[in-house]
Amino acid sequence: MNTEASTLKDLDAVRSMIKRHKLNDYIFGAVGLSFIMLILLTLLVLFIDLIIDGYPKLMSWDFFTSFPSRRAASAGLLSALVGSALVMIITFVSAVPMGVAAAIYLEEYAKKNWLSEVIEVNVTNLAAVPSIIYGLLALGLFVYILDFGTSILTAGLTLGLLILPVVIVATREAIRGIPVAIREAAYAVGATKWQVVSQHVVRYATGGILTGVIIGMARAIGETAPVITIGALTFIAFLPPSPVTTSAPFLNFDWLWSGFTVLPIQMFSWLSRPGADFHVNAAAAGAVIIVVTLLMNGIAIRMRYNIRKKIKWQ
Amino acid sequence: MVTVTTPLKAESRDLNFIYNGGHRALKGINMPLYEKKITALIGPSGCGKSTFLRCFNRMHDLYPGNKYEGQIVMHPDNTNVLGAGVDPIEVRMRISMVFQKPNPFPKSIYENVAYGLRVRGERNKRIIDDKVEEALKGAAIWDEVKDRLHDLAFNLSGGQQQRLCIARALATDPEIMLFDEPTSALDPIATANIEELMTELRDRLTILVVTHNMQQAARISDYTAYMYLGEMMEYGDTDRIFTNPTRKETEDYITGKFG
Repeated sequence: MNTEASTLKDLDAVRSMIKRHKLNDYIFGAVGLSFIMLILLTLLVLFIDLIIDGYPKLMSWDFFTSFPSRRAASAGLLSALVGSALVMIITFVSAVPMGVAAAIYLEEYAKKNWLSEVIEVNVTNLAAVPSIIYGLLALGLFVYILDFGTSILTAGLTLGLLILPVVIVATREAIRGIPVAIREAAYAVGATKWQVVSQHVVRYATGGILTGVIIGMARAIGETAPVITIGALTFIAFLPPSPVTTSAPFLNFDWLWSGFTVLPIQMFSWLSRPGADFHVNAAAAGAVIIVVTLLMNGIAIRMRYNIRKKIKWQ
Repeated sequence: MVTVTTPLKAESRDLNFIYNGGHRALKGINMPLYEKKITALIGPSGCGKSTFLRCFNRMHDLYPGNKYEGQIVMHPDNTNVLGAGVDPIEVRMRISMVFQKPNPFPKSIYENVAYGLRVRGERNKRIIDDKVEEALKGAAIWDEVKDRLHDLAFNLSGGQQQRLCIARALATDPEIMLFDEPTSALDPIATANIEELMTELRDRLTILVVTHNMQQAARISDYTAYMYLGEMMEYGDTDRIFTNPTRKETEDYITGKFG
């Protein structure tokens, strides 16, 4: 009788203790959730506000097919859209091969010594350098020393430099995720390092690499400071020469040297005008930038999901 | 019963191995490897049996700072596998390996087996097809996969994956095949299949197998080596090692008093 009573009493104590401890779970859960909600809500309110402000423009097809104009009513995003797209092509072409190659070298080939340590620390630090510093570097290097001018090429290379550390870090992470057992399996049948890297490691890491690349590109497309620093124009009422032509050799690279504007600069320029009517255009451009960025991130998530589903490690 | 006529396939001579940190994992190992026989390495965890096995295909070269001393000589050409002038890739072309956990590539069944041939520069599809089929048959998995050669290897069961890995190792006609605890991640039925397969493979090549399962060593091997703390304690005919070991330590280990 006695022992039973005492066990029951103990059980009650245990239960109330578990309850107390679990309270912490609830409190933390609630705090965490409210923080996330706060962040998401801020972004959502901002986004909705932009859409409401820019609604008249967003609903008109002309907005996407007209050049900037002195009259807010007829000003459009065309040159900024085309400019952003072309600049992104250069950014992609310059940053991805260089970043992936650098990451493969650091991860697979470099001997682990003080030099690789220094490089490692510097790459990580580069990701944290303010973007306007990249703009200054580009102004000195691409515009003045290499004399590329304020061109699509200069802007693309600048943003390429900017996202290079992001691509390197993401690629290294992805490469590190490949199990040792898979590498050893490839080496054991007689593969060379290059065969292991090119036929296995990089292929299986593609999902992670692409995710890093797209997230980097999404960052680049919204960057304003470095592009302003290199002297991008804010009023472009023409399109660069088309990259594709109807006659042989069908490709034309004059557009590399063309003046340009990009989405965030167009938005910035409209925003800095005194007239309230231009602010509608700015809001609409902001909404477009957010949609493009979210879309790119969405694609990155989708890709990662698809590739992870195909390549699973037990 | 060691028959004097059994030819040597390889032997290790005064083999020492020092890991990057300076740990001497193998101390003066001498051991013969007889042709078309199964030699089992047994011993408690950390005794160096896997380390020894991985010397044969120079897997330690993948990690910087590791050091070999002594020789592993392959016959009949007397090549010292560990020689400074010998490329580890050349060694791996002659000695293949099956790992502890099945580790197929995230590719199709066909591509897994064909990979060794591709690495050797084989481009002829007809030849690759034939070799893949032959290897899958040799690994006793052909009937199970012949209708889905282009499925992902990950869709196979654990035991099937391990047999696929054996097929991958077999496709390149190796002279020696190394098995590093090949059944430790498998269920008893899959283990029995792999063991049966290994005894069949004995007709074609020389096998060195690390196992922590003494019954397995007794069942499948012709010779057994007992290792302890990086040293070769005893080597001999499997029957003799298990019925009449000369050393007290060996007897203690195989009777389960220790280890």
